[in-house]
Amino acid sequence: MRGVASKLVATVAGAGFALGAVAAMAETPQAGGELNIVVGSKIPSYDAHIESTFGMIHPIRPFYSTLIRVNPDNPSSPTDFVCDVCEGDVPEGTDNGTTYTFKIRSGITFHDGKPLTAADVKATFDKIVFPPEGIASNRKAYFKMVESIEAPDDTTLVFKLKHPSGTFIPSVAMPFNFIYSKADLDAHGHTWHQTNINGSGPFRFVEHVQGSHVKGERNDNYYHEGKPYLDGYTALSAPKMSIRLQAIRGGRADIEFRGFPPKARDDLVAALGDKITVQESDWNCVLLVTPNHKTKPFDDPRVRRAMSLAVDRHGGSKYLSNIAIVKTVGGIVFPNHPLATPIDELKANIAGYSDDVAGSIEQAKALLAEAGQSDLKFTLLNRGVDQPYKVVGTWLIGQWRKAGMQVDQDVRPTTPFYASLRKQKDFDVSIDFNCQSIVNPIADVSKFLPTAGNNYASFEDAELEKIYDNLLRTANVDEQKILIRQYEKRVLNDLTSQMITLWWYKINPHRSYVKGWKIAPSHYLNQSLDNVWIDKEEKKRHGL
Amino acid sequence: MAQTEIAPLESNTLPRQKTIWDAALRMIRRQPLGSAGLLVIVIMIFGAVFADYVVPYDPEIENFEYMLMPPGTIDETTGATFILGTDSFGRDMFSRLVHGARTALLVGFTASFIGAFVGLVLGVGSAYFGGYVDLIFQRVMDVFMAFPLVIMALAIVAIFGTGTEKVIIAITIPFIPRCARVVRSSALALRELPYIDAARSIGYSHTRIVMRHMVPNVMAPFLIMLTAFVGQAILLEASLSYLGLGVQEPTAAWGLMLQGGAEEFAESAPWVPIWPGVAITLAVFGFNLFGDAVRDVLDPKLRAQN
Repeated sequence: MRGVASKLVATVAGAGFALGAVAAMAETPQAGGELNIVVGSKIPSYDAHIESTFGMIHPIRPFYSTLIRVNPDNPSSPTDFVCDVCEGDVPEGTDNGTTYTFKIRSGITFHDGKPLTAADVKATFDKIVFPPEGIASNRKAYFKMVESIEAPDDTTLVFKLKHPSGTFIPSVAMPFNFIYSKADLDAHGHTWHQTNINGSGPFRFVEHVQGSHVKGERNDNYYHEGKPYLDGYTALSAPKMSIRLQAIRGGRADIEFRGFPPKARDDLVAALGDKITVQESDWNCVLLVTPNHKTKPFDDPRVRRAMSLAVDRHGGSKYLSNIAIVKTVGGIVFPNHPLATPIDELKANIAGYSDDVAGSIEQAKALLAEAGQSDLKFTLLNRGVDQPYKVVGTWLIGQWRKAGMQVDQDVRPTTPFYASLRKQKDFDVSIDFNCQSIVNPIADVSKFLPTAGNNYASFEDAELEKIYDNLLRTANVDEQKILIRQYEKRVLNDLTSQMITLWWYKINPHRSYVKGWKIAPSHYLNQSLDNVWIDKEEKKRHGL
Repeated sequence: MAQTEIAPLESNTLPRQKTIWDAALRMIRRQPLGSAGLLVIVIMIFGAVFADYVVPYDPEIENFEYMLMPPGTIDETTGATFILGTDSFGRDMFSRLVHGARTALLVGFTASFIGAFVGLVLGVGSAYFGGYVDLIFQRVMDVFMAFPLVIMALAIVAIFGTGTEKVIIAITIPFIPRCARVVRSSALALRELPYIDAARSIGYSHTRIVMRHMVPNVMAPFLIMLTAFVGQAILLEASLSYLGLGVQEPTAAWGLMLQGGAEEFAESAPWVPIWPGVAITLAVFGFNLFGDAVRDVLDPKLRAQN
């Protein structure tokens, strides 16, 4: 009997070990295979220094390196950055936080065979931070604190800052800071990269067929050992969501990186069952309501406050998250960041965040009556994009209606929408957005400054400017928290200069044989694909 | 003097006075499809006019507790009933469908009536005056007619913007040359008839001749165009709304309802796109059938055959 029992234990233990080993093997990255991505937007140019669209990042990012990046193994953390072409850890600031010295790896080559040195990284950041006259740089403003960039030797790069700044490292980690070859910039000029590709990333450019696809092949000289795992990838262009969805469903594509609405996820899971893996994350993107302070009665803070009070954000989160790519209730800072205000503080201190919905609506009605606007009627300008703009716009109209406001919606295609919002400024109230790549709260909240180029509320407030100026000049996290709270209360409660609706929520259903890719809080992040691999056994199970 | 006895009249020997039901029966017998079309139109008009009394819920009120409920859902606690289900905002599909008829008919009738009447006047006027007036008018009409209906409407919406009034303008403008061209061809023949010459010779004004003597005589093609236009206008409004360029949320409109459901809910909540699709199909079908019947009645050749 003892013999039988011991054999049984040995068998069970052996089986358990074998299963564990199989599981471990299954999660060991496998080399080979091609990844098919489907992308819902066009490529305006290949130059990331002037572009802001995922339509460029998703197909082109794998050809390039950056100085540092979000940790591809932990991209959901908004504060975990690792070196890409630099060595060791991301440096801490010295000289009271005004000097950052990066050690550049040796032995990196561009795809044309030339070595990558600190001089190339310097030339790249010179183009981004101090672009020559007439050369555009979309993210120049993020580097206002940079005084100089030096490359004393081939492996050393030094940034000198004018003052300590909590925004510097996140700004350097932005995925748009592709490293270009100094030789290319010197020989071909600063616009050459708009139409040409020569990077040092995990994949080499093969071809781009306009309107069809971009193809990349493995870079055998990639500097992160053993990577990339894939032999190559193809980024297929498919502007319509239904086509992208069917591409994954039919096995034509393996993954889409921007994200699908909840119903699309449910349909895919219902159709493919365990052949679909779903990754979800909060998204560093939020829709705002921007009243035009130059238009009556939106110059009256009581009216703006009433508008915010009437919106039940918690109810919206519960229900809209079933039909739209929005979910999280938050303030002006990305909700998962250490600098973000906890929800209980928001409920206690900010108009429109209370759980007492009926009480908030009564307050809204009272404020409107006090302002002589009990029968307030206005038009909400919105962008002609379903997810999540039109869904959120329609929801807001329903919310405002509960407080007695009568609101029409003027939905316009993107170009006329922006023309009205940014140039003509002929709107009453408009939907607006704040979408970023790296979570960089101090830089991200600059959107709410009256003097910010991308604030379309048309107002002035010296106190807000003063708080933000102090925020920019401190590297102390505790001070930053205090200042961010003051700034947020001023924007959302005291002035109600703009209103936050709901933070976006990213849903990425993909074929379960796609391994190694982890979702990040932005569709711009973690797109170099060097960690991605195909589980071949699993793929066979899909019949592909 | 012999008296002739007059036999009392037997009531059954007199021809029975025709009632409206007789007329309806005769129409159903002669034009069964047209009658079906007319029935659809009458139901639509009734729904549109009495929408506020017919529907159980405000079509624009969001009620997320009931989002995407299937047709026939009854909430036993509140007694709320949704015979055609609810959409993604928890709005009652039946209420939105009935109110959608109001939008469809408002756009359909307004655009087609204005478009057809302006086209009528321009077409008859152009034929009557002839010469350079006719030449210039017709070349302008050629330019307008060179663009397909939808493309023309899209271009106009792009200029004027979205919203019910602007959609009406966008649909009205392309109708004008289409009606004018058809009416002009009939009016050209009229212009040569002696009674028009007689009217001129006794000094009637141009306006009087055109409006009182020519326009009534081109009514047959005009009415056929008009009924066809209503169906086309409803379809065009739905198309523009489907493309996001027409009527905007939260207004109930069939194209908008279809657009909100077709892509995302076709599988998980098929009733969201199906009902507005059925409503658009029925409405267009109804107006087309009725238009065909009107043509059959008014066209002398077809009437002779019948």
